[in-house]
Amino acid sequence: MTELVMIFISASLINNFVLTYFLGICPFIGVSNKTENALNMGFATTFVMTLTAAVTWPIYHYILVKFNVPYLEYVSFIIVIASLVQFVEMYVKKSSPSLYKALGIFLPLITTNCAILGLALFMVLRDYGFLESIVFGFATGVGFTLALVMMSGIREELEFADVPKVFQGASITFLVAGLMALAFMGFAGLIRG
Amino acid sequence: MVLETVIVSAVSMGGIAAALAIFLIFADSKLKVVTDPRIDAVTDLLPGTNCGGCGVPGCNAFAEALIKGKATPSDCVACDDDCVTDVAAFLGVEAGTKTRILAVVLCKGGNAEAVQNATYRGEMSCTGADTGGGGKGCVYGCLGLGECVSSCDFGAMAMDDNGLPVVFYDKCVGCGACAEACPRDLIELHPEDKKLFVYCKNKDKGPKAKKVCKVACIACTLCVKDCEVEGGITMVNNLAEINFDIDALGADAIKRCPTKCILFDVEKDVTKERFESAHRGRAV
Repeated sequence: MTELVMIFISASLINNFVLTYFLGICPFIGVSNKTENALNMGFATTFVMTLTAAVTWPIYHYILVKFNVPYLEYVSFIIVIASLVQFVEMYVKKSSPSLYKALGIFLPLITTNCAILGLALFMVLRDYGFLESIVFGFATGVGFTLALVMMSGIREELEFADVPKVFQGASITFLVAGLMALAFMGFAGLIRG
Repeated sequence: MVLETVIVSAVSMGGIAAALAIFLIFADSKLKVVTDPRIDAVTDLLPGTNCGGCGVPGCNAFAEALIKGKATPSDCVACDDDCVTDVAAFLGVEAGTKTRILAVVLCKGGNAEAVQNATYRGEMSCTGADTGGGGKGCVYGCLGLGECVSSCDFGAMAMDDNGLPVVFYDKCVGCGACAEACPRDLIELHPEDKKLFVYCKNKDKGPKAKKVCKVACIACTLCVKDCEVEGGITMVNNLAEINFDIDALGADAIKRCPTKCILFDVEKDVTKERFESAHRGRAV
């Protein structure tokens, strides 16, 4: 149990995918202009991440390892992720057309979000068990959502701030992202070892 | 061994793919969304510039607004008359009437008229120059680096010999990209029938304004007195301001303007062809 809590805290805060590993920067910058959209994007990504962990673990351990073809992990993980994203896209399109429009190209781009492939590969690399993998996938999604929502909150405030014209738009966003990453380094002392 | 590996890889990958495909086919049949096929058809008829001049984001959203009856085909600023008629005929709706909106550059202080205090050598964009102040004596005037020209998607602007942007009124659709791009807000959008404009944004007092530019508004209030309609022109912050709510202001107000910064019915006949033939062989 402690192990699972450790994995959760580690993946969501200390080794936050966005701010420590710099994975998934594209949606982090692209969909963080409104808190509502950021939150929904975070939910969609968390959903895909958790499912990816749950589906890729058995595929890796019961198919790839068993048939001695573990080098096919990249290919198989990518088709799993692509199908899951396709499924999420269909679901969002059906349930909330306005959210579907707001997320725009970033929804199908979850497919190529390196954070998700990274998650699946880390899961194999660190030799997690099934339950651990699911917790790891979920925690990664939570960390991603956290970073995205915090960023969007700051960016909403920035709308009213007197930003010099040359810094407006992407530049100030990248500066903020850098400072946030620095701040997240402070979590490094949270767990020993 | 090698053949076995190939077979195992193919079968395992194929199996995974097939399982996922079945899952997706099942999900698709459950989650199918019916969209109006007319939306795509109308989008194809529209210019596809996604300029936003109609007030909704992109041509696809405009097509949707058209089908829902929230817009009329003539609201599209980038459509010519043929295209408006096509869309109206396709949907069986009224085309609506169209007032052309055009961009007007409200500064006449080019290289010949405005005083140059320094040579600007920084970032060669208006936004960059505006941050540092630029080289011109007038801090309200055109910086002359052509950010508006590069923002125009319709090829409706160019810089002239005098370092000022020119709008080609045969090409301008009034999308407002140039007005957005100008860091000094010198470009405004006005309906085609408005003809009287104050071509200056200098808010300094007369002597100071005159020192930096020959064609600056010096707030002498002669135009205010000469205007045929009471309240047609007012003096706000040392700058003559035209009340655009009053229709058809005539040319009376411009008669005694000492700096000729208020002008009536100029430029609207500038076309791309005419501009290019006048500037042929010269670097623009």
